[in-house]
Amino acid sequence: MYSIKMVTTYLYTRYERFWHWLQMALIFLLLITGFEIHGVYTLMGFEEAVEVHNFVGIAWLIAFAFFVFWIFTTGEWKQYVPTTKKLFEVIHYYGIGIFKGEPHPVPKRKGAKHNPLQRLTYLSLATMLLPIQMVTGIFYWTYNSWEAWGLGFISLKIVALIHLAGAFSILTFIVVHVYMTTTGHSIFAHIKAMITGWEEIEEGEEVEDWEKPSLRECPETVSAEKG
Amino acid sequence: MRLKSKHKRYALSCLWICLLFFTSAPSFANQEQDAPGLELARQVVKEAKNTTTADHSRFKALNQDFTSGPEITKACLSCHTEAADQLKKTLHWTWLDPNSPKDNQRGKAGYSINNFCISANAMNDHHCNECHIGWNEKGKETEIDCLKCHGQKKINWEEVFQDYKILTESKDPEENVLAKDAQAEIHEAAQSIGRPTRKNCGSCHFSGGGGDGVKHGDLDPSLINPNRKLDVHMGYDGQDFECSRCHTTVAHHVAGRIYGTPASETRHSLLEHDLEPKIMCESCHSDKPHELSSKMNDHTDKVACQACHVPVIAKVLPVQRWWDWSRAGKKKDGKPYDVNGPFGKPVYQSTKGDTKWEKNVIPNYLWFNGSIKGFTAKDMIDPSKVVKLAWPEGNRNEKNARIFPFNIHSGKQPYDTVNKTMTTPLLSGEHGYWTTFDWQDSIQRGAKYLNLPFSGKIDFVETAYVFPSTHMVAPREEALKCNQCHTRPDSRLADLAGFYMPGRDKVKLIDIAGWAIVLSSFVGIVLHALGRIFANGRKKEE
Repeated sequence: MYSIKMVTTYLYTRYERFWHWLQMALIFLLLITGFEIHGVYTLMGFEEAVEVHNFVGIAWLIAFAFFVFWIFTTGEWKQYVPTTKKLFEVIHYYGIGIFKGEPHPVPKRKGAKHNPLQRLTYLSLATMLLPIQMVTGIFYWTYNSWEAWGLGFISLKIVALIHLAGAFSILTFIVVHVYMTTTGHSIFAHIKAMITGWEEIEEGEEVEDWEKPSLRECPETVSAEKG
Repeated sequence: MRLKSKHKRYALSCLWICLLFFTSAPSFANQEQDAPGLELARQVVKEAKNTTTADHSRFKALNQDFTSGPEITKACLSCHTEAADQLKKTLHWTWLDPNSPKDNQRGKAGYSINNFCISANAMNDHHCNECHIGWNEKGKETEIDCLKCHGQKKINWEEVFQDYKILTESKDPEENVLAKDAQAEIHEAAQSIGRPTRKNCGSCHFSGGGGDGVKHGDLDPSLINPNRKLDVHMGYDGQDFECSRCHTTVAHHVAGRIYGTPASETRHSLLEHDLEPKIMCESCHSDKPHELSSKMNDHTDKVACQACHVPVIAKVLPVQRWWDWSRAGKKKDGKPYDVNGPFGKPVYQSTKGDTKWEKNVIPNYLWFNGSIKGFTAKDMIDPSKVVKLAWPEGNRNEKNARIFPFNIHSGKQPYDTVNKTMTTPLLSGEHGYWTTFDWQDSIQRGAKYLNLPFSGKIDFVETAYVFPSTHMVAPREEALKCNQCHTRPDSRLADLAGFYMPGRDKVKLIDIAGWAIVLSSFVGIVLHALGRIFANGRKKEE
């Protein structure tokens, strides 16, 4: 094994961490109640499950609006710009290299928190899966108004099944996502980073040009918490 | 230090958000307050003061000697001049559905068929006429018996008039004195006049079909003096409503469904129209009776109030569920006999056949637009299927149709195998089946009264007859919970198809595929983790 000097760096801002864990809690509640509504098990009872699910769903929608605002005003959206560069190296790493102790081809750095695989995953999550859940969720929620809105032709069954398929996709994502947190330098390194904001990263690793969000780096995200 | 205070602030704001989140959740909202529909209903049924301005015992017309029922009626009509005209137009008198074709008129006096005593043979099966509001069993060939609905003291009129006649005509002066007692009894009963009570209405409606609780399931003598648990509206410890509190009556027309004619098609609340009858739940409770944000309010366009609020019927007394006429006529030692079963109810009678009784019946749920399609002796049947003698109309695409609870009474009864029609046997009287045990003869006679053909060939066919379950409204804590329908496989609405219901329905393929993907990703990470552990160990060995 080759040794690399590690340095502790501030990776995730307070809002990012808050958003991450809030979203985790909301999604957890939505999954728990959602599958109860689907009749998989009985936990809090159908009525309570529906009420909690609806409330949390709306809460998430509002929170998501804040996230969208944050991501655009801070320029953080650039961290989600998809790329195929080194994508296959990353796939190769998780598929083979990780067993051989090879270094990560695109380690985390300030200004480039996501490797190409993460970019792709989170981008599809934020722009496809979650919006699909939100839209189908809103339709599900407003079922009784469809007639008045001239949308009586929509089938509740189709809406429900898309929503359910989305739930399965999110659950699958979570299984893999939670597991992937253990692939850092230590098993809890990534989780710790998402809690404290600080992560040990390899010293000297430079953010390559292709990874850089833009020349006009947003100073807040990098230096705001330095003090 | 700064970091510390920052952490403190961070923790506090997290706590604040959590608090905000949980305290504002609708499920935690104050539930002490009653639902708007309940408040509204309380407003419209504020306790009525006794508004009567007449003491019937002081009326001269009622202070004469009566020798027959119709004489009493004449006395009533001497003041209530329009009553007879009003009443003779109503279903209670005519026993004919005014909104059915004249050549195939529904009603007990018409061609209607049920699976109890089958047909009233145009009011010639005199036993049936016990429930007609006339003075004797001859149906409409008599005066109206006002006291059936308005008499507050029930006596055996036939007996007392007969006694009075014998005693007055007697030459024994002592018996003439006794005649005065008989007349005093008649006076007292004739002067005990009031608005119809549950007992008045129930004397027919609780005991139709020849006994207590034979027919409805949601109407039986337990409702004469029910507690709130049995019926929130009629309970003596609840609202103590009489029937007419909801079956509002104008000029002797009592609000309610008449065969195919719904009790109300508008479902207006009294706020929308102050002269609406109070016959629908919506009349007093509005169509959004639950708390404002409640999902239950979203159900009222498709689910009738009764579906959740009449969760079980026949709560105190059993209801008859099955009547198999094909088993009737057996004799022991040449004599008809009865066999009693559970609840002290007969399971076999030579006169009637097999019957089954049940208590605490869970209703069946069907789409219902307020009309019930009745079957007549003139309608053709398909004997290969269960013949639906009375069945709700409506389907889920109809705006006015809702899911409604029903008591379904089933049985077997004779039909004409050649004409493919239901037969109408005469039951009571010296030529009735109950005396002769002769299907051929009793059906022949019954058909004659209705001018119907009879081929002489019969067999028995299974039939079904529905009663909407709308009484025995349970206290709200006993109303159905969401998961009694939104569940599988034991959903109360398991048999209703054609729409997706969360919790009840699923598409197997999506469920299987979904869980397969979740599971395989889980297996994938386990294998990946094992691979890492294994590889790590090998590296350390190196």
